[in-house]
Amino acid sequence: MNQLLFFAGLKEAAGTENVNMDLAGLTVEEVKKKVFEVYPSEQLQTSMVAVNEEFAGQEHKIEEGDTIAFLPPVSGG
Amino acid sequence: MNGKQVWVTEEPLSPGEIISRVTRRDAGAINTFIGTVREFTKGKKTLYLHYEAYPAMAEKKLQQIADEIEKQWPGTTTVMAHRTGRLDITDIAVVIAVSTPHRDASYAASRYAIERIKEIVPIWKKEHWEDGEEWIGNQKETKPGVPTKEESR
Repeated sequence: MNQLLFFAGLKEAAGTENVNMDLAGLTVEEVKKKVFEVYPSEQLQTSMVAVNEEFAGQEHKIEEGDTIAFLPPVSGG
Repeated sequence: MNGKQVWVTEEPLSPGEIISRVTRRDAGAINTFIGTVREFTKGKKTLYLHYEAYPAMAEKKLQQIADEIEKQWPGTTTVMAHRTGRLDITDIAVVIAVSTPHRDASYAASRYAIERIKEIVPIWKKEHWEDGEEWIGNQKETKPGVPTKEESR
């Protein structure tokens, strides 16, 4: 099982801040497509993905137990 | 006092306390950047801001920035704190304090820290106006997707 986290505008669009899905074996790119089917928010397309609190590229493979966070463009400071 | 070099908190930030953490005998300069909540942005009046963070990752990325600074300007001590939750006009959102042997590096390292925060630290702000609200994003106009190696280093 994998935990998905949504933040900021994406959290509001999805209507939830975390959800569990089985995504092991998929790439980040595939995960984005799969999550988009459930939460069709345009913001998913512009979001960065972090796996276990580290930025991950499109080809990064998800493993069992990984935490996957969807991060809209940041605006701290 | 939490003994940390970087942190994210809902509590008000104390610049004096953060400066004291970088104060040391071999520093000849301390540079402090204090980011505050501005009332007007492009003519639009902000009532207050709401900051949200992915706290665990935000602290990791702040630490990464502190490490990058130490590499680029050896002998620098960096302490950074970012506040989250509701912030009113003039409240302090972020404090960066750096101490260096000489002043040039203190300006450069301080500037580097705030620019990097705006690139790679997962913190978001929402502006609240009299007639609405909006999450602010992409102030640096970076491209969507993964930060380049250079950016995420």
